[in-house]
Amino acid sequence: MRYYAYYPGCSMEATGAPVEKAIHAIAKPLDIELMELEDWTCCGSSPFSGVDKVKAMAITARVLAQAEKTGLDLVTPCSSCYTILREANQLMKEDHKLAWQVHEALVSVGLSYNGTVNIRHIVEVIYNDVGLEALAAKVNRPLTGLKVACYHGCQQVRPDYGFDDSELPDWLDRMAKSLGAEPVYFPLKARCCGSSLVISETDMAVDLIHKLLQNAQENGAQCIVSTTCPLCHTALDAYQSKVNSKFKTKYNLPVLAISQFIAIALGLDFKASALEYNIVSPRKLLAPYFSGKASLAKAESAT
Amino acid sequence: MNNGHTAFLNEVASIPACDKINECVQCGVCSGSCTTAEHWEYTPRKIIAMVRAGMKDEVLNSNSIWYCVSCYLCNARCPRDIKPANIMHALEAIALKGGYKPPTKTTTMYRSFARSIEKNGRIYEFGFMLEYFLKTNPFAALKMLPLALSLLTHKRMPLLPKVVKGTDQLNKMFHNITTGGSR
Ligand code: SF4
Ligand code: SF4
Repeated sequence: MRYYAYYPGCSMEATGAPVEKAIHAIAKPLDIELMELEDWTCCGSSPFSGVDKVKAMAITARVLAQAEKTGLDLVTPCSSCYTILREANQLMKEDHKLAWQVHEALVSVGLSYNGTVNIRHIVEVIYNDVGLEALAAKVNRPLTGLKVACYHGCQQVRPDYGFDDSELPDWLDRMAKSLGAEPVYFPLKARCCGSSLVISETDMAVDLIHKLLQNAQENGAQCIVSTTCPLCHTALDAYQSKVNSKFKTKYNLPVLAISQFIAIALGLDFKASALEYNIVSPRKLLAPYFSGKASLAKAESAT
Repeated sequence: MNNGHTAFLNEVASIPACDKINECVQCGVCSGSCTTAEHWEYTPRKIIAMVRAGMKDEVLNSNSIWYCVSCYLCNARCPRDIKPANIMHALEAIALKGGYKPPTKTTTMYRSFARSIEKNGRIYEFGFMLEYFLKTNPFAALKMLPLALSLLTHKRMPLLPKVVKGTDQLNKMFHNITTGGSR
């Protein structure tokens, strides 16, 4: 069993439910223990940097200070949290004035941060610490023949953290493959979904989401396998109806977070894979993979 | 030298992660990469040139920077490690503090976002969106209703915030920063 400090991020308590519930469902089978930070607060995300950078970094530092006390690697599934946490960690090392201001603020509430936390994305943990071979060995329900477009999104791989590729990443593709699925060519896999402005610039974000859905479908994908970022997942899943009404399209592409996808392949049932939370229902698509019609009907009646 | 021109440039360069703005070679890779450039009145490269030329009002009154979706393509590709995305967010903060009123609703969204953190310690998505729509255009909220309802029925939109003890700590930390620390 490997132990990690875990920071879910705010969205996981609401819109990110499908991604988050599936993460907890697969943790044990993958021999990882995610120990959620106590009384965590928001990481500040990108909007707070547009309000006040020093305060934004102080918000982030509170999370890091709490994580440091655990002595464990800090794992987050949210790509936005990941980027901000990494950035704060780095900036406080480079910018001494900032480090001092943040330090003073932390001290004023009895906290301190020494810059020792190793921040990791859960996709990277699964890829490196669990490993593809071990993942493949645990598959009980291979997703053979399923054509998937693997969406990495932007902040999982950028600016550049030294793992995967910041232009054309392929770690999700490799994971999907080790679970039996067939990743399709998907050149927009690291293109942004616009979710950070989906509330105030809905129209613009819907245009970006449209391009992603179009690109996935044109290349023959039956569904999208997305990173664990709850913002990416919600943009592609919940906003699909907005794309359809704006562009008079009929997209009906289920969006499975990689955590859900792994859950299915491990053999967990529909409910345990948190698939009932998906707005574009993957029920029909996955029917052949769940053991016969009976178990699916059971999942149906449970909702 | 600290005339009108350099004052704005220095203000930007003093914000964390923006100190390399003077090393920009105006190659345009950021603008060519930018996910949302077609919406910007001035592209990221132009914004940087304008900051260096001291064109404060033109920069801060334009809609441009507010279209940054933090995709970090510019940061990843910039040959001079300028971190254009960080510069755009720094400019947003300067505009908000300076009371500028650029033609965008993102200013209101950012404020509602920040308030949600100050009040709840975490982003409480339902409350944050509600506040934003009430402050901008309640009728637009009606257009979002079907989406909100589908999130609600899929148990992805709790209607009440969680109480986080850390909220007090955050506000004390903000106060410490605003007042310039303990000494
Ligand atoms: S990519 Fe970098 S060097 Fe080139 S114009 Fe943009 S900020 Fe300047
Ligand atoms: S981070 Fe912002 S400025 Fe940079 S490419 Fe993306 S949208 Fe454009």
